[in-house]
Amino acid sequence: MKKLIAAFALALLPVVGFASEAGVELEKANIDLHNQAAIQRGAKYFTNYCMGCHSAKYVRYQLLKNVGLSESQIKDNLIFDGSKVGDLMSIAMPEAYAAGSFGAPAPDLTLEARRRSADWIYTYLKSFYTDPSRPTGVNNIVFPNVGMPNILWELEGIKDPVFKYEVHEGTHSVGSYDTEAEAEAAAKEMGEGHRVVKIVHGFERRTDGKLSDADFDQAVRDLTTYLTYIAEPMKLERQEMGVWVLLFLVVFTVLAYMMKKEWWKDVH
Amino acid sequence: MSFMNWIDERFPATKVWNEHLAQYYAPKNFNSWYFFGSLAMLVLVNQIVTGIWLAMAYKPDATLAFASVEYIMRDMDYGWLIRYMHSTGASAFFIVVYLHMFRGLMYGSYRKPRELLWIIGLVIYLAMMATAFFGYLLPWGQMSYWGAQVIVNLFSAVPFVGEELSVWIRGDFVISDATLNRFFALHFLLPFVLAALVFIHIVALHKVGSNNPDGIEIKKGPKGNRWSDTAPADGIPFHPYYSVKDIFGVGMFLILFAAVIFFWPDFGGLFLEAPNFEPANPLKTPPHIAPVWYFTPFYAMLRAVPPMFNSQFPGVVVMFASILIMFALPWLDRSPVKSIRYKGILFKIALGVFAVTFVVLAYLGLQPSTPTKTLLAQIFTGLYFAFFLLMPIYSKLDKTKPVPERVSE
Repeated sequence: MKKLIAAFALALLPVVGFASEAGVELEKANIDLHNQAAIQRGAKYFTNYCMGCHSAKYVRYQLLKNVGLSESQIKDNLIFDGSKVGDLMSIAMPEAYAAGSFGAPAPDLTLEARRRSADWIYTYLKSFYTDPSRPTGVNNIVFPNVGMPNILWELEGIKDPVFKYEVHEGTHSVGSYDTEAEAEAAAKEMGEGHRVVKIVHGFERRTDGKLSDADFDQAVRDLTTYLTYIAEPMKLERQEMGVWVLLFLVVFTVLAYMMKKEWWKDVH
Repeated sequence: MSFMNWIDERFPATKVWNEHLAQYYAPKNFNSWYFFGSLAMLVLVNQIVTGIWLAMAYKPDATLAFASVEYIMRDMDYGWLIRYMHSTGASAFFIVVYLHMFRGLMYGSYRKPRELLWIIGLVIYLAMMATAFFGYLLPWGQMSYWGAQVIVNLFSAVPFVGEELSVWIRGDFVISDATLNRFFALHFLLPFVLAALVFIHIVALHKVGSNNPDGIEIKKGPKGNRWSDTAPADGIPFHPYYSVKDIFGVGMFLILFAAVIFFWPDFGGLFLEAPNFEPANPLKTPPHIAPVWYFTPFYAMLRAVPPMFNSQFPGVVVMFASILIMFALPWLDRSPVKSIRYKGILFKIALGVFAVTFVVLAYLGLQPSTPTKTLLAQIFTGLYFAFFLLMPIYSKLDKTKPVPERVSE
């Protein structure tokens, strides 16, 4: 029965209307993959907050040795299920259970930063707001009607949405109003084909979290840095190697050019 | 030398070396466009070598494939390098071959006596496309899966036998483990067929001799050069002249190739698409499915044709026709000259428009279709075919310049 109600709520939601996924401007994550401390802190957030539901099952815990953690640090601080350091970061939650609870199994996050982007993850994690119509009590402007609860609420605090009412002609916004009544009146005046769309315009803090705004931003940035790191752990290595490869190839090509010139002297 | 004599009495090593390298006389006026043939061979070797190493760790199994690719990327020593060489190499192969083919169009390398050389080249191109298509399924990501689904579904548009045909190709009613297994087998086999075809391409090339930017048959010109009294005067031995020149070309190419591998392996989502970092999910269709960029010109033409009689088949016919029409090219060109250097304004415009058309179609094939974009695709599909179908007319009307007897320096 609950599922049925949820399904109905889902079906009704488009009537309210939210800024589309593509319509949200993403904040710059400004991560730095050279910052090993950020990756370490991100790993802590990931194992403490995310890994209840999300795996990173193509990553081994021991990868974090590359960002300055010792084997015992990894074992003592990041492994809670008795896994070995060489094990993959998989989780115990069966997919069927997750599907029953949240509508879909929580996706593996190993490659999330490459599938979406660092900016997407950063903005998404900061874009939860209260929405009583959702089973989790929250919604997200980057990923409307997402099944995931705001897992970081304790750190961030609770945010209520501030709505604006836009008048749309087709898919274009032709005006923005603070109250629904104003927007309705304007839409009526503009004539047929205009409808009012409710947009989450901003957030209003209801309760404070454990972290200040700046500290929370940093925590989300750390988590984003970590997810970006595990999505392509060899990124810095490949760039470093690339510099040497290119230097070699430039020297090689210059020599090859000189050799060609020398051989071709008697043709031209 | 007695060792070489021993060999030569049993295998014509020196003879082959001379016939195809040291005493193979190529025109002395090749320009940079002539790098792409040898570069295509280099990339083919790169694909085969890196491919074999990938196959050592890859698992052609629907439940293991995606994870095995990540295993290669993370746990295999330099696995990431080998995989990026392979994925970048696939795109590089098409770039190099498209430029190689465009060179042929510019200098009339498809004209008599090189018709068969051109046709063998097109067969290589078809084999390449098949290889790329099979290979693209292997990472078993969302785009791999749904891209293959869309392309195999094209065959189901064939009247009467379509459904059975597509099931026969997939080995199942949807893309599945059975499909993945056979695509892996074919992806492993075809590069060797490709290598054999390249060999035949070169045998044909060395029979008729290389064309050149002037489109002059050096074999028909005066005889006698520094190396031989009977060789064409405008010819120089391929080795060492073009072997050292090609090494320089290889260097230039590798600089660009390495820059992509080491600094931009996704190439902005063109070489490795973002949705392909999500494992294949038969129950979840991605919002926008597009083939890899090197197929998109043809995909755009497919989508440009509206369904007729409730069937997508006309679009499929147009798409295949767009490739098959290239086979007729040697007989469509009625110009008295080969090279664009001596052709008139009509051909120059036609070729320029054709090049733009190909790029625009490639772009349109990547985009979600909108009414405007579909209209554009229809216009450019028309232009694509016009290049070929009107060639007998405009190449004859064209005002050509006289071709000199000897190649220019």
